[in-house]
Amino acid sequence: MMGFLFRFASPQAFYRLAGQIIPWLVGIGTLLTLAGLWIGFFIAPTDAQQGEGYRIIFLHVPASWMSMIIFMAMALWSFLGLTFKTRLSGMMTSALAPTGAIFAFLSLWTGAMWGKPMWGAWWVWDARLTSELILFFLYLGYIALTSAIENPARRDKAGSIWSLVGSINVPIIYFSVIWWNTLHQGASVSVTKAPSMAHQMLIAMLLMSLAFWAYSIAIAFYRVRTIILQREYDAHWVQSLPEAQ
Amino acid sequence: MNWNSWSEFFLMGGYAFYVWGSVIVTFALLAIEVLWVLNARGSALEWVKAQRSISE
Repeated sequence: MMGFLFRFASPQAFYRLAGQIIPWLVGIGTLLTLAGLWIGFFIAPTDAQQGEGYRIIFLHVPASWMSMIIFMAMALWSFLGLTFKTRLSGMMTSALAPTGAIFAFLSLWTGAMWGKPMWGAWWVWDARLTSELILFFLYLGYIALTSAIENPARRDKAGSIWSLVGSINVPIIYFSVIWWNTLHQGASVSVTKAPSMAHQMLIAMLLMSLAFWAYSIAIAFYRVRTIILQREYDAHWVQSLPEAQ
Repeated sequence: MNWNSWSEFFLMGGYAFYVWGSVIVTFALLAIEVLWVLNARGSALEWVKAQRSISE
C-alpha cells in the first residue's frame, strides 16, 4: 500500500497520473458549476432580509473555503516534503499557491461587494476579515519568498517552513467568529447541526464549493506538470515525451 | 423560477452592481488563471526543446 503511494512520489509517475486525472476534473467541475449557478441564481428563493444581494454567497463562501483548504493542503505537502525529502512535495506546494492567492483575493473582493450594501462598509477590521487579509499576504509572501531562491532544494525547504508556520492562521480564521465579537456572521453550516439556511441555497453553495474544489485540483495538477517539466528537463523521460519533440 | 423577465434578472433586486461585480471579477480572474497556466506549459515545453538542442 505504501509502495503504491510512494510510486507517485516520482515526478515521472505523477506527471502521467495527473495528466490522466485533469480531464475528468474539468468535466466534473464544469457540470458542478453549471448546476450550482443554475440552482443559486434561478431556483433558490429571495432572501427575506437581503433580497437578491445574498446570492454573492454562492461565490464568496466557496472562494473563502478554498482559500483556507488550499493553504492547509500546502502545509500538508510541506510536512510530507520535509519528512520524506520528496521533490514532488515542494513542487505541489508551489503549484497550489497562486490558486490559493486568487481565492483569498476573491474572498475579500466578493466579501466587500456583499458588505457594502448589507453593512454599509466595504471593509471593517473585524477578526475574520483581518485574518483572511493576512492569509492573502501569507500567500503572496510564499510566492515572493520562493521566487527569490534559486536553489530548488532550499526553495522548497523555505517554502515548506513558511507554509507550516503560516497555516496556524487558518484555524484562527475559522474560529474568529466564535473567539471574538465579529461583524461577520457566525457559522450557518456545521457538521453536527442542521443548517440555518433554505435547502436550495445550501445545495447551490455546496455544489459551487465542490466545483471550486475540482477547479483547484485540476489547475494545481496542470501547474505541477509544468513545474516538473522545468525542474526535470534533463531527465530522459522528459526528453522523450511526445509533447517535447 | 424566481424571475419574471431577463431585465429583472439583471437588476438583481437593485443589487446588480454588487452581484454582477462579484460574478464578473470571479470568472475573469479564474479565466485569466487558466490562460496563464496554459501559456506557462507552452513556454516550458518550448524551453525543454531548446535545452535539448543546446546539449546536442
